[in-house]
Amino acid sequence: MSVLRFDGVRYRYPAGDTDALRGVSLAIEPGEFCVLAGLSGSGKSTLLRAAAGLVPHFHGGVFSGTVTVAGLDTREHGPAAVGAVAGTVLQDPESQVIMTTVRAELALAVENLGRTAAAVARAVEETSLALGISHLLDRPTGELSGGELQRVALAAALVSRPPLVLLDEPTSQLDPVAGDELIWQLRRLNQESDTAVVLIEHRLERCLAAADRVVVLADGAVVCDDDPRGFLRWAGSHARMLQTPGARLLEAAGLGPPPAGVKQARATLRAHGLLEAARPSPERSAAVSESGPARRRRRLPARRRRGGRTVAAPALAMGGVWHEIDDGPAVLRGIDLELYAGETAVLMGRNGAGKSTLLRHAAGLLEPTRGNVQSRGRVALLLQNPGDYFLHERVELEAPAAALALAGLGELGARHPRDLSGGQRQRLALAVVLGGEEPPATLALDEPTRGMDRGSKQALAGWLTERAGEGIAVVVATHDAEFAAEFATRSLLMAGGRIIADGPVEEILAGGWYFSTETARILEGAGGALRPEQGAGILRARMSTPASSSSEGEPARELAR
Amino acid sequence: MRQMGGAGRIAYRRLASPLHAARAPVAACYGAALATAALIVEHPLLLVALLLAVLAAGTAAGVGPQLRRAARTMALPILALTVIVNVLVSREGLTVFARLGDWGVLGQVNLTVEAVVYGLVFGLRMLVVTLACMLVICAANPDELLLAFRRISPRSALTATLTTRLIPVLGEDARRLAEAQRCRPDRGARGARGRLAILRATVGGALERSLDVAAVLEMRGYGSAGRAPAAGRASSRHDLSFALAAAGLLAVSAVVAGGDLAPFHAYPLISVALTPATFMIAAVLLGLALVPFLDRRGIEP
Repeated sequence: MSVLRFDGVRYRYPAGDTDALRGVSLAIEPGEFCVLAGLSGSGKSTLLRAAAGLVPHFHGGVFSGTVTVAGLDTREHGPAAVGAVAGTVLQDPESQVIMTTVRAELALAVENLGRTAAAVARAVEETSLALGISHLLDRPTGELSGGELQRVALAAALVSRPPLVLLDEPTSQLDPVAGDELIWQLRRLNQESDTAVVLIEHRLERCLAAADRVVVLADGAVVCDDDPRGFLRWAGSHARMLQTPGARLLEAAGLGPPPAGVKQARATLRAHGLLEAARPSPERSAAVSESGPARRRRRLPARRRRGGRTVAAPALAMGGVWHEIDDGPAVLRGIDLELYAGETAVLMGRNGAGKSTLLRHAAGLLEPTRGNVQSRGRVALLLQNPGDYFLHERVELEAPAAALALAGLGELGARHPRDLSGGQRQRLALAVVLGGEEPPATLALDEPTRGMDRGSKQALAGWLTERAGEGIAVVVATHDAEFAAEFATRSLLMAGGRIIADGPVEEILAGGWYFSTETARILEGAGGALRPEQGAGILRARMSTPASSSSEGEPARELAR
Repeated sequence: MRQMGGAGRIAYRRLASPLHAARAPVAACYGAALATAALIVEHPLLLVALLLAVLAAGTAAGVGPQLRRAARTMALPILALTVIVNVLVSREGLTVFARLGDWGVLGQVNLTVEAVVYGLVFGLRMLVVTLACMLVICAANPDELLLAFRRISPRSALTATLTTRLIPVLGEDARRLAEAQRCRPDRGARGARGRLAILRATVGGALERSLDVAAVLEMRGYGSAGRAPAAGRASSRHDLSFALAAAGLLAVSAVVAGGDLAPFHAYPLISVALTPATFMIAAVLLGLALVPFLDRRGIEP
């Protein structure tokens, strides 16, 4: 019996103009690891909410067809009953944790099933051990980091040992390390306990290697249902925006089949005799290991032209900035940073490394406990939640017309800000912070790509590059290395409140493991290639030289498709 | 951005103390007994003993800095408020030290020493009650309390859970909104207008937030089951000692009040008995409150 089954499901939200789900039929078998893919607004979250019983019981609207979860028909059983057989983890960890301590949070779902106190205690103990959070059990939930909160939310969804777990972009707010840990924890759970997993994820390169199956939605309908490699072949011809960087790399180099992860991609390169040639040369490694002021002097121009005049001073300068919390830790520890006009920089690092705090200091929202911050003009800061900027009933009241036009929202002036899509909300928030009489000297963005599909990220990257071209210094805190590689020229890696690496983006991201693009991981940083097209160029060059011949003596050129 | 430093906050945090080792309903009863004792007895010396008992209990429970800071912050406003209100409305004292004339609706206002003293004693009582409540907030696990409450009244517990969860979430929303407004080119509207705009936006977002929290509660099956199971933590030696201390505090206070063993009368003239018996009762109250802290076995979280 399928653990989750959709039969001809159509659904329209109460205020919707069109169907969010259009005749979806789908069956998930026990023990399957299924990734739900699709562009923003394709119906993925609605499908997941239908599987959790929230559609239609919680959201209302018009529903037809049947959804059966572990034998329970959701037309007859509400979210509470479905919750006993299907654990659900949503995107925002803050809204998912209810109780004040982790132990009580885990106990809640089992208590609600009416289990005895001993059974509750055992379930909490075993789940916390299985997910590696036993050390958090007596911690207040209000003090947990985003990654810890998401693991607690996952544990709370699994504590009753449901045969199915549903996850809606659980890694969107996590750093690459925590995100990978969560995905592999899911895979381990899936393999060790036969739990079926349905996972929505925009960064497909992160999870395809763990998946058995990929289901793609477009406009509320299933358009592809295949294994990861079958999906990638389909995406190559039908939905290029869903292709992973690894698949694009091999396709651009004329190699196949499309890889569902770094391991498969490297196996293909190895079979074609391209792997050894792709290793970084000793000369390049030496260049990467060079650090400090000497390198920075060479990289940063002493003078930049801006607005027809030559300026020497940086747009933003931080000197020995410390941020120390009363009765708490030091969040920033002696930050020295100079950012010049027209520069595009990314701040990367784990959750809690100090990225957001650094941006707040840059914008003057926080005062350093030691050190100083100097800016050659206004610092426009876009915080993580664009909705926080909106105070009015109409878009046109939030920002000047010129700023709205710059953000591409000129036609939407009469709409309510809350009625905009995620991407539109973000552009409106950008219009708000950019909309003053004086253009900003620095534009800072904190995690702007959360929940964005690739198309939206590309559009944002292009927009930021245009602003940099106008002479604005751009700095973006992000966990998304692929996005960073799209627009940034400089990368700053933070850890423990310090900047531990600062250099051209090709050097920093190509040399890393977690803070690195998939292309760089596949090619082990060869040539500083971060994007698939850059990597494909390197592979094509290798294929055209005799040194790239495989050990079996088969020319790589002949293997290329 | 989550500020991790929070050691000075009035909030529950599991610490290694006998009071934290007791189950939450017992810890709450102990705090309630201290507060109730302060409402029963009237003698200033006994109230001072109870104030010392609460502060010493807080120190022994590891939350002394929070309670002392609260006491320093609140003592003056509470005492000033009770004294001012009492001297303006009280007509019972005989020792007049200032005649303020006719104050309209308040009539003829004469300030008396008795009214000032009674106001101070009443303020002291309010301070003890407030600090005892803070001790409960810091030392009684709210989740355990809610679980105990759910066994009695599931629907009320659901409302309480939603409310207790939403208050910090909305507080965090308001902080973020205020921060975002400071990022606007004009730094956002200031003063009352700015605060009103933020309040309006927070309330507007509260519906979305409450829906999120309610959806998660629904998916976790909250309210679907019958009677919630008994609290998971087993009864410990600390449960017994704090329960006995609470009972002892209530019993001694009731006997003292019923038998008028420590007489104090503010009106018409101040009359305070400072006998050996009064000092002994004060010592007994202090001892009863602090004896459970002497046993420090099995207190690690």
